[in-house]
Amino acid sequence: MTKNKIIESVIHGVFLILGLVTVGCVFLITIYLVISGIPAIKEIGLIDFIFGTEWASTAAEPRYGILPFILTSIYGTAGAIVIGVPIGFFTAVYLSKIAKPKIKSFMESAVSLLAGIPSVVYGLVGMLVLVPGIRKLFNIPDGASLFAAIIVLAIMILPSIIKVSMTALEAVPKEYEDASLALGATPVETYFRVSVPAAKSGIAAAVVLGVGRAIGEAMAVMMVSGNVPNMPSLFQSVRFLTTAVASEMSYSSGLQQQALFSIALVLFLFIMLINATLNFFLKKERD
Amino acid sequence: MLSKKRKSYILAMKSVMLISTALTAALVVFLVAFVFIKGIPHISWELLSTKPSYIDGKIGILPDILSTVYIVIATLLFVLPLGVGAAIYLTEYAKNKKIVGIIEYAAETLSGIPSIIYGLVGMLFFCQFLGFKTSLLAGALTLVIMNLPTIMRTTQESLKTVPQSYRDGAFGLGAGKWRVIRTVVLPGCVDGVITGCILSVGRILGESAALLFTAGFAHSLYGILSCLVNPGATLTVALYVYAKENGEFEVAFAIAAILMALTLLINLSATLVGKYFAKKREL
Repeated sequence: MTKNKIIESVIHGVFLILGLVTVGCVFLITIYLVISGIPAIKEIGLIDFIFGTEWASTAAEPRYGILPFILTSIYGTAGAIVIGVPIGFFTAVYLSKIAKPKIKSFMESAVSLLAGIPSVVYGLVGMLVLVPGIRKLFNIPDGASLFAAIIVLAIMILPSIIKVSMTALEAVPKEYEDASLALGATPVETYFRVSVPAAKSGIAAAVVLGVGRAIGEAMAVMMVSGNVPNMPSLFQSVRFLTTAVASEMSYSSGLQQQALFSIALVLFLFIMLINATLNFFLKKERD
Repeated sequence: MLSKKRKSYILAMKSVMLISTALTAALVVFLVAFVFIKGIPHISWELLSTKPSYIDGKIGILPDILSTVYIVIATLLFVLPLGVGAAIYLTEYAKNKKIVGIIEYAAETLSGIPSIIYGLVGMLFFCQFLGFKTSLLAGALTLVIMNLPTIMRTTQESLKTVPQSYRDGAFGLGAGKWRVIRTVVLPGCVDGVITGCILSVGRILGESAALLFTAGFAHSLYGILSCLVNPGATLTVALYVYAKENGEFEVAFAIAAILMALTLLINLSATLVGKYFAKKREL
C-alpha cells in the first residue's frame, strides 16, 4: 500500500464515523430512555403506572398513575387534528390548484412564518388572548384548559399539514386532471375527485406528521393548559405527557424523578409508533 | 348546463377553501400584529443593554441575548462538520445501500423526536454523565443532535446537484478521492450548508423545551471564555420564565417581538438565499 492509499482509507474511515454519528445518537437516546425509564415502572408496576388514574407525586403516600396524561395527550392531539386538518387541507388544495401566483407566494411565506414562530410565543399569545377569551365565552372560573391547548396545537400543526399536503397535491400528474376535465368535470370537481384521491398517501403523511408535532409539543401547551393532573375534560385544567415531564423535572428526585423518565419513555414509544406510520405513508407516496 | 346538485357542490367546496385560506392568512397577520403592537413599546435601550437587578427591581435582557448568540455559535461549530461529513459520506462514499438506509432512517427518527425528550436525554448524558452540569455547552450539544438531520439533508440535496461529470473529470486528471471531495465536491455544497445554517439558527432561536434542563435559566453575564461552562437562558427560555413564573408580561412581549422580528428575518433570508442559488445554478 502506498502512502496515498493509506491516507485515502483513513479519510474514508473518518467520513464513515461522521455518517454513523446519527445512528449513534438514536441509540444513545433510546438506551438512555429505556435504562432510566424501566426502574420506576418496575417499582410501581406496569398496570398501576399505565392505568392508574391518580397522579400525586408529592403526597405523603405518592401515587403514580399516568392514565390522565396519556388520555389528555390523545384527546388533545385528536382535537387539534379535528380542527387543524380540515383548515389545512382546504387551504392546501386552494393554494396548490386555484390561487394566483402572487397569493400563493404570499401565503407560502405566511405558512413558513407560522412554522418558524417559537412555541413559547404561541404560548404567550394563548395565555393572554385565548385563556381569558375562553373564560369569558364559556363562563368558567379558569380558561386554562384542554380546549385552549387544543386550539393552540391546531394552529401549530397547520404549517406541517399545509406544506406536506401541497407537495403531494402538486406532484399529481397533470394528465390525470386533464383527462377529468376533458370528460366534462369542472375544475373544482376535478381537484376533489381526482387530484385529492391521487395524493391521498401524501395527505395521510401530512396528518400523521401533524399528530407527531401535536403529541410532542411541550412549552406552548404548558402555558395554556393549567397543568393540573386531572382526568381530561374539555374545560378543565389538564396535564399532557410532555408537560408532566417538564413541570416536575426541576425539583424532583428519587422515585418521582424516575417516574418522570418513565413518562418520557411512554412518550417516546408513542412517537416511534407515529414515525413508523409516517414512513409507511411516505414510502407509499414515493411508489 | 350543470345540474343544481353539482353547482351547489362546487359552490360549497369553493367557499370552504376560501374561508380556510382566509382564516390561515388572518391568523398569521393577527399573530404578527398582536406581538408587535404589544411588544415594541416595551423594547428600550435599557432593556437590551443591562442585566436584571433585584435591588433596583429592573429587568434587562442583555445576558439572554448573549446566551442566545453563544449557543447559536457553539451549536453551529459542532453540527456543521458532523452534518456535512455525514452528507459527504452518504453521497460520495457509501456504496452499501443498507448502511445508507440505516443512516437515513436514523436521521428521520431524530427529526421526529420531540424537544422535551432531547432535553431529558441531554440532561442525563451531557449534564450528569459527562459532568458538564447545567451549562450553555450542554445545551449547545443537545441542540447539535437536534439539528444534525437538518444540516445533513440540506447538504445532501446540494451535493446531488454537483454534476457527476465534474467528479469524473477530476478523477480522469488523476486526482484521488479526497482531493476530488476537497476541490470539487465541497465548493458545490456551499449553498446547502448556508441554507442549513439559516434553518438551524431559526430552530435554535425557537427552542425552549430542550434547553430548560440543559442550559438552565440563569440571567448572569459572563466573559467570552467562561460563558460556555455556566448556565444561561436563551431568549425563548427567558420569555417562558418571565411570562409563566414571574408574570412579567411586558418583558415577555418585548422578547416575543424581538423573536418575531428575527423569525421574519430568517424566513426572508432563507427565501432570498434559495432564489440566489437557484439563479446561479441556472447560469
